[in-house]
Amino acid sequence: MTKLASVPEPGLAARAAAPVVEIDHLNLVFNAADAPVQALTDVNLAIGKGEFVSFIGPSGCGKTTLLRVVADLERATGGTVKVNGVSPEEARLARAYGYVFQAAALYPWRSVQRNITLPLEIMGMDRAEREARAARVLDLVNLSAFARKFPWQLSGGMQQRVSIARALSFDPALLLMDEPFGALDEIIRDHLNEELLRLWRRTQKTVLFVTHSIPEAVFLSTRIVVMSARPGRIVDVIDADLPADRTLEIRESAEFAAIAHRVRAGLRAGHSYDEG
Amino acid sequence: MSGSLGPVLAILGVLVVIWYAGAVALNAQRVLDGYESEETTDWTWRDLVADTLSMERPILPAPHQVLIELDKTVLDVAPTSRRSLVYHGWVTLSSALVGFVFGTLLGIVLAVGIVHVPTLERALMPWIIASQTIPILAIAPMIIVVLGSLGLVGLLPKAIISAYLCFFPVTIGMVKGLTSPDRIQLDLIRTYSASETQVFWKLRWPASVAFLFASLKVAIALAVVGAIVGELPTGAAAGLGARLLSGSYYGQTVQIWAALVVASVMAGLAVLAVDLAECATARHMGGQL
Repeated sequence: MTKLASVPEPGLAARAAAPVVEIDHLNLVFNAADAPVQALTDVNLAIGKGEFVSFIGPSGCGKTTLLRVVADLERATGGTVKVNGVSPEEARLARAYGYVFQAAALYPWRSVQRNITLPLEIMGMDRAEREARAARVLDLVNLSAFARKFPWQLSGGMQQRVSIARALSFDPALLLMDEPFGALDEIIRDHLNEELLRLWRRTQKTVLFVTHSIPEAVFLSTRIVVMSARPGRIVDVIDADLPADRTLEIRESAEFAAIAHRVRAGLRAGHSYDEG
Repeated sequence: MSGSLGPVLAILGVLVVIWYAGAVALNAQRVLDGYESEETTDWTWRDLVADTLSMERPILPAPHQVLIELDKTVLDVAPTSRRSLVYHGWVTLSSALVGFVFGTLLGIVLAVGIVHVPTLERALMPWIIASQTIPILAIAPMIIVVLGSLGLVGLLPKAIISAYLCFFPVTIGMVKGLTSPDRIQLDLIRTYSASETQVFWKLRWPASVAFLFASLKVAIALAVVGAIVGELPTGAAAGLGARLLSGSYYGQTVQIWAALVVASVMAGLAVLAVDLAECATARHMGGQL
């Protein structure tokens, strides 16, 4: 068994200069009732400003847990994590990131608009500012006509777009997305991937994106982190340097296939290690 | 709405038929005893049925007798008169409503405490449960007597008994409701680093509204029961409980049943009012309560 990448290479100069997310020898053990579960083992990663980094791996590889550690929804049991140079908790208290969950997690008693203004209300913005921002991000996800609707009146794909708009409403420089399109069908997923890519290019946000779809990871990312399960760890970090103005057609190209092949190889290596 | 009218009327019809049959069956023996003591022998079945449905103090009065009594005591007298069931109904309802408001507030406060302070659940729950295992008929006279000795009479002691019954479903419902937000909804608001107060008002409270209204419907009906029970031990001069008591002293079963009908209509209207409030709230909250 050859280890594909023990330590991620520093890569671009910008990445090394001022990392937005810096993960150093991260370990996380869940204290389950019967036996402790090693969710993450010795994870090292630095993510620079403006990167789009995907985390891919089998279920239970800890990719969601890793994202939750960055968001201060879980606490590391070893190693350090820094977000914008401070601890995840300080970053959360400073509202440094927007989090998009696997489900839209809209509050059913709030209209689309008021779901989007929820973080703004909590942050104490005045009404006029809240409504202006809601209108802006709704336009960004092409849902301006649905501001007054309630979540149950929207399709699953539209609900997920609202949840992305909500994460963008307070304009965080960092977006954490946990399989946001996992529950959607392929066609809507393709469409939303294109929209997300456009959005990322326009806003230049740093994105951490958890997925279990190889094409999605290759299409969206500047870097792909391949993880394996039990214990969750990084097996490979792949630079994806597809042209910035790519469209879905790029998935037919040779360079796309090459990156996808390397991702698949990484996943397979992690898998065979797993079976021992 | 019109589609459901048929079944409603059918059930009502069945109940009225059962009621009449019951009245005939239960009252027949007394009528027969009467025939015997008067040595009437030439009675027919028709006479027997007619007589069982027109007794002055029947064991079970017939529906039309109750309606006539209601006509006399609701429509024929001024609502301020002491002979009016509207007057007695209001005496009971006003204390039931005061008790309902207090009981609901107490229930919500207890639930908020239990949800936010983990030790309170273990400290309070046994007492809350115990309070409801004591028959209200046993504890009501004591409350009335104790408060009476403190100089509290009239509406307030009855309201306290109503509140005593009311708070329980509200506490149970609201503990469930305030803890109903799922993990993802809580995680979401945590990522905004919301304060505990903001989590309460923006997530826990709106999520519990559906549970609150379910509890309120139980509570309002219990409040009416509590007010009536509160009127029994002191022989209160006014209120539906007082009417029930004086009716049973004098064997005025028709009066008792009329008071019971008013009490149940009143409780029904109160539940309906809660229902309407729920509909209005649901509309405001996206119609998905």
